Order: sequence, then C-alpha cells, then structure tokens
Amino acid sequence: MSLHITLATAGRILRQLRHDRRTVALLLVVPALLLALLYFMYDGSGATFDRIALIMLGIFPFVIMFLVTSIAMLRERTSGTLERLLTTPLGKLDLLFGYGLAFGLAAALQGAVATGAAYWLLGLQTTGNAGLVVLIAVVNAVLGVALGLFCSAFARTEFQAVQFLPVVVVPQILLCGLFVPREQMVGWLEGISNALPLTYAVEALAQVGISADATATMWRDLVIVAGATVIALVLAAATLRRRTPLGVRIGQAQRAASRQPGHPYVHPGGRPGELRREGVRQGVDPRHRR
Amino acid sequence: MDNAIEVRTLVVERGKRTVLDGISCDIPAGSVTGLLGPSGSGKTTLIRAIVGVQIVRSGTVTVLGRPAGSAALRRELGYVTQAPSVYADLSVRENARYFAALRGLGSAEADRAITDVGLAGARNQLVGNLSGGQRSRASLACALIGDPKLLVLDEPTVGQDPVLRADLWTRFHELAAAGTTLLVSSHVMDEAGRCDRLLLVREGRLIGDDTPDAIRARSGTDDLEEAFLRLIRQLDEVGGVSEATAGPRAHATGGTA
Repeated sequence: MSLHITLATAGRILRQLRHDRRTVALLLVVPALLLALLYFMYDGSGATFDRIALIMLGIFPFVIMFLVTSIAMLRERTSGTLERLLTTPLGKLDLLFGYGLAFGLAAALQGAVATGAAYWLLGLQTTGNAGLVVLIAVVNAVLGVALGLFCSAFARTEFQAVQFLPVVVVPQILLCGLFVPREQMVGWLEGISNALPLTYAVEALAQVGISADATATMWRDLVIVAGATVIALVLAAATLRRRTPLGVRIGQAQRAASRQPGHPYVHPGGRPGELRREGVRQGVDPRHRR
Repeated sequence: MDNAIEVRTLVVERGKRTVLDGISCDIPAGSVTGLLGPSGSGKTTLIRAIVGVQIVRSGTVTVLGRPAGSAALRRELGYVTQAPSVYADLSVRENARYFAALRGLGSAEADRAITDVGLAGARNQLVGNLSGGQRSRASLACALIGDPKLLVLDEPTVGQDPVLRADLWTRFHELAAAGTTLLVSSHVMDEAGRCDRLLLVREGRLIGDDTPDAIRARSGTDDLEEAFLRLIRQLDEVGGVSEATAGPRAHATGGTA
C-alpha cells in the first residue's frame, strides 16, 4: 500500500465525478430537497420533523454513496480498467481506500449542505452539535462506500448492482428503529437489528438529538459503524482477485463499433475477429477449400 | 537475458473446456513478436497469463526472469487490454497522469506518451468523446508511460487508419531497438509481416513459432495468410482433426452467397 498511489486514485475518482456535473448537482441538492419535503409533510409538528430529519441526515449519505460506489466499481470491472490497474504497482487497498477517501470527501460536502439546510432553512433543532451530525453522516457514507465496493463483486451488470439496494440497504432502514422502536420488535427481529450497522448510526444520531454533549453511547456507536466499515473493506479486498478465470470480454457490437465506418478493414459480411484480409477469401473457412 | 518471456507447457481450462493446451514458447528480449490467430483461439488468454491475471491449470510463465504476476514485474510491464481500458469520463491527459502517478511519475512523462501516440491535439478532450481509434491510442499512451521493459498489446491497431497504423508500427520498432520487448496480438494478417517473430495460435495450440521469412519458406508461399492456411491444412491432414469440419459449414455457405 502506498499513500501516494491512494491519493492519486482518490484524486482520479474525484476528477471523474467533477466531469459529471449533473451527478454532482444531484449529490449536493437532492438530500436538502428531500428534507424540505419532510418539513412540509410534518408541517406544524416540529418535534416529529426534528426526530425524522435528524435520522435522514444519516441515512441519505449511506444510501447514495452505496449506489454511486457499486456502479463506479462495477464500471471498473466491466471496462477492463480494474484488470489493467491490477497489473500496475497499485495495491488492492490503494484502490479501496482511494474510493473511501474520494466518496468520503464528497459525502462531507453533501452532509455539510444537507445539515446546513436542515438547521438554517428548515429550523431543525437538536440538543447536540450539528458538527457531530456531519461527522456521523460522513462515517455512514464511508460505510455505504465499503458495502458498495463489496457488493459490486457479486453483480455483473448495472441492473444487478442496483438490485443490491433492496437487499442490503432497505432492510437496514426498516430495522434501524425509525419505523418501529427497536424495543417493541419481536426478539428475533431485534436480534437482526442488533447485527446491522445502520442501527448504530441511527442510535448515535438520536443521542445527538437528546444530549448537549457527545455521549459515550454515541462514540461507542460510531466505533461500531467504523468497525463494520473496516470489515466490509476487508471483505471487498478479498473479492478483488488479481488472477481471474476470465477477462473482460469485448462484445462483438462493441468491437464492430471500434472500427470506424469506411475503414478498409471493416467487413460488413465477415465475422468480427475472423482471420482475413480485405477482399480475399473472406468468410470462407480454410478447411473447406481443399 | 536472452528471453523476455518463457512459457512452458501452459494449460488453461475454463470449466471443462481447454483454452490453452500445453503451449511452450520463448519471446526474445528487444523484439516485436506478433501473436496471431482467429478469434477464440486463445490469444487473449495467453496474454492474460503473461501479464499475470489469468488463473492457469498447469505450466509456468516466466517474465523477465520472474514468475508472471510477481509484484516486482508491475513496474516493468505496460499492458493494453483489448477493450480500451481508460476512463471515459476523464480527459486523455487526466488518464495519462493517473497511470503516470501509479508508477511514481509526473505530468511530463504523461504528456510525452500522449504525443507519442499522436493525441497531443486531443489531450484535453474527454476519452468518452473520442473516436474508437483515438480511444485505443489513449489506452496505448497509458501503457507507454515510464518506458516499461515489456509491452503487451492486445489488438492495439484495431480501428486505426492505415497511416496511423504504419506510424504505430514504426514506433513499436523504435521501442524494440531501444531494448523494449513487445508482444502484439492481431487478427489482421498483413500486420504479421511487420513483426520480428510470429506466434500462430489455433484452438489453444501453437501451430507456428518462427520469423515471418522462415514461415514463408516452410510453407512455400510469400503470402503470410496463405502460409498460415497451409500450416493449418498440413496439421489437419497429419493430425486428422476430425471435429474441425463440423462447425463452420454454415459460415462457408454464407460466404459464397
């Protein structure tokens, strides 16, 4: 692992993001807009808005960074850049920490915008400090990144990658105590809830809501979320194999597209990849020309 | 060191199918070696074994005196995959700078590689907006950075116009003259004559390993494509490869239509 390569990788990922202005705009604005929606939904009942908006400030970055990362990592795998990177001095952890760092920074910016909007525009009130909310949001985002990196190993297409959202993310949201207080769940459900990292992030946020200073419970919860992140990163590293049975297969359509129209080596009737030369014996298998 | 790459009885299987069936060959240092064969013959698999990303069943691959895939080789190797493996949402320059940074090099080396492949005029364009040929040159530029001792290029000239292809081949020979070893795969036979040595692969076996002149002499024709076909026919007659006649009949019919 090399700090120089990790930073170069994080820089590269942020540069990719920067070229995609629409994604940047969506990342920064959408959480604040959704909070505004909550504000109007709970019009007049400030306490309910305070409770739900606070938790949402932790859930949004988790969900969004999970999605963004799993697609980004899937692209690395399917475009061949991952195979190429693994033949360079880059270490697996350089790549994984590069992603964590880049999207962690993006999440910090997103968290700052969303938290700022919640406190200043929408009148969110918490007993604890807004800075702690941003901190928990960032740790949550990095958890989303780590789970996304891990899950992308099990998806071969974007369609599959997106399906991991209902599998990995939605149960955590349902069981984190937002909809039903965890103490009221059946024993086995509460047990599952105890095993899911988002539960602790939500509890940490609730602590900020009720207490002026950072509590021991909040710090313990934050350590648990960070620990889950490390475990997910280790699992993700285990899925990154330098040696694989099959490389990126370039599809015939892609191959044909890479040949420019009108190019002398384009054969409209020939099979791509067939051994041939322009105009000579095209399409005739040698074994039938005896 | 005489040989940059030594492959010994390499077997690669995928499921029950044998993709490479006991290939052995030597690739001399400082040469341009062409890896030729039809699509599906095992060219890319052999290349992946040499760059150390292929799971192999048995056999050994030694690259620059070390087992293929060794960490120490990752600084010595430039690899261009068949699909242009560069980031479409970065400019040519940003791509080159990233791959330079991975080798601990700076922007001067990145810019030099971009100029070498003739993309200086397009260096600030996003790779996603380039033509297919430009995109694969951007990918090539990223492999040239840092003067690797071994360049492994999987079909680098696909989609290039004839003038650029000639330029690229000139560049390959300049690199070889300076001591770089190049392994270049192609399925276009008229590129074969530009190589110092040829490896002809068919159905996972090596059916030719010689200089273009020696292959021409052995098969009694100056036309390398015809030479390749004669080699295949000789093998089929001698070895009696019976299953070979089953598949492509429909294709032959299509060709005459």
